[in-house]
Amino acid sequence: MHPESLLLELAEQARRLRCLALEAISRAGSGHPGGCLSAAEILAALYFHHLRLDPREPNWPERDRFILSKGHAAPLLYAALALRGFFPLEELWTLRQLGSRLQGHPDRLKVPGVEMTSGSLGHGLPVGTGLALAARLSGARYRTYVLLGDGELQAGLVWEAALIAAKYRLSNLVAIVDNNGVQLDGPVHEILPIEPLAEKWRSFGWAVQEVDGHNIRELLDALDLAANIHERPAVIIAHTIKGKGCSFMEGQAAWHGRAPTPQELACALEELGHG
Amino acid sequence: MVEMREAYGRALADYGAQNERVVVLDADVSASTRSRHFAQRFPQRFFNVGITEAAMVDVAAGLALAGFIPFAHTFAFLLSLRAAESVRTCVAYARTNVKLIGAYGGLSDSYDGPTHHAICDLALMRSLPNMAVVVPADAEQAVAAIPAVAEWEGPVYLRLSRAAVPSATPPGQALQIGRGQLLREGSDVLLINCGVLLSRCLQAAQELESKGISAAVLNMPTLKPLDEELILNAASRCSAVVTIEEHNIIGGLGSAVAELLGQENPLPIRRVGIRDTFAESGPYEALLDRWGMSVADIVAAAEAALAQSKKHCLR
Repeated sequence: MHPESLLLELAEQARRLRCLALEAISRAGSGHPGGCLSAAEILAALYFHHLRLDPREPNWPERDRFILSKGHAAPLLYAALALRGFFPLEELWTLRQLGSRLQGHPDRLKVPGVEMTSGSLGHGLPVGTGLALAARLSGARYRTYVLLGDGELQAGLVWEAALIAAKYRLSNLVAIVDNNGVQLDGPVHEILPIEPLAEKWRSFGWAVQEVDGHNIRELLDALDLAANIHERPAVIIAHTIKGKGCSFMEGQAAWHGRAPTPQELACALEELGHG
Repeated sequence: MVEMREAYGRALADYGAQNERVVVLDADVSASTRSRHFAQRFPQRFFNVGITEAAMVDVAAGLALAGFIPFAHTFAFLLSLRAAESVRTCVAYARTNVKLIGAYGGLSDSYDGPTHHAICDLALMRSLPNMAVVVPADAEQAVAAIPAVAEWEGPVYLRLSRAAVPSATPPGQALQIGRGQLLREGSDVLLINCGVLLSRCLQAAQELESKGISAAVLNMPTLKPLDEELILNAASRCSAVVTIEEHNIIGGLGSAVAELLGQENPLPIRRVGIRDTFAESGPYEALLDRWGMSVADIVAAAEAALAQSKKHCLR
């Protein structure tokens, strides 16, 4: 059972993540707001409660590993890392600028706390599978978490990794699907349907949970349960809304990859209760 | 003649006993790549991931992130083409310590035909930042490459051959990444080899000598980083250059040498290799002869390059 105070605190962190990611994208003049906003509660639950991390020692060997496979949500990850103290908050305003550590998509060699370079879709789960295999082999107790987009699940590479993780019964691996229903060109069900999603993962040998991806209590419960599954990797299908929290972006493919103007940012921050 | 793949596979298993950080992956071709020798010795450190080449490369990257030294094996054409984007993103760009082992380089899987030949792998791998490219010339050098590749900090592409190739490198020599080998001194034409055509190259040098042409022979077991100093030194004593490789003449050793000499010491150059075409099924040695990599081809290329240099002198 998670206390109400924790849930409120994480909801507040999710709100702050949304504000920071949107402002960073708006200042940069380019980026992907829709898929940042849909994953805010997921990152809040992970970075402010569930993951074992030490910002003072980013390479602590026993830390949990998180891979942002949907690398276009980089601003959200950067916001979480900055808020956790991996680097100064002001650095968020250098996003995508010449000379910045904060590349358009995460670069593990540049940013403390970024476990793996990502951006080209499909790679997070196989890389996470390798990290989980490594933990098994070396007896390390860290767990590996991979956040995928739902459109990303169209990539065959993801399912190759799903087969491999199931073969090796990697119960130290957790995939989370940000199932926001929209990809660059339109609704996922129109571009290339991926349903029935839960059945797919189950038939691949994974333990499947479905949650409301904006409900922190459900997310925390699912993460706890996933940590107690044996002999199988676990997937949490988080049903989310693309652009969540910003009324004019919600469910709109147009906001997959366009930055809000200063006026639009002001509207969005107003709705999010910036401050 | 020792089959390179068998020598490599046995040596990798032996090296596994010395270096516990080494783990091995294969994509359902361990009987072909001979990584199965490692699998038999160290089953816990061996992962057969089935026919998932792109995922295998990414899984290897994950293992490398955690401090292991993964050797990921499959056919050279699959590693360099099907898995290319994984190699670019998760190995080269992310600079993970992954060792990519391309078995069946060149035409060495000769009877299986052009689908299984690898004639552009070196061009692809060479053009990736952070990637070292190692191409042994014979079985002994493939064995010597294992510790060098494992101990090199960073991504490596190691191109092997299925074929039994004649021993041609000096016995007992360690392989140093970034270093070439001067195997024969000469003052007219410089033959630069990369890979298993080395014995043909040395034969060509002898034939040239019988025609009164003095040929130097350089072997480049590392295509990248290229031993530029050695090449420039040797080239400075000759009037023409020939490159020899079991690869398309576009993008491999021939290109690398032409790029270097074009800038530093423009000499007439001829590139021996596959002339931008797909080959065919057939016996290996016959394929090499048929598709432009015979000893006679090397000799003719040397004579043509020298003739061109003489024309230059007369002008």
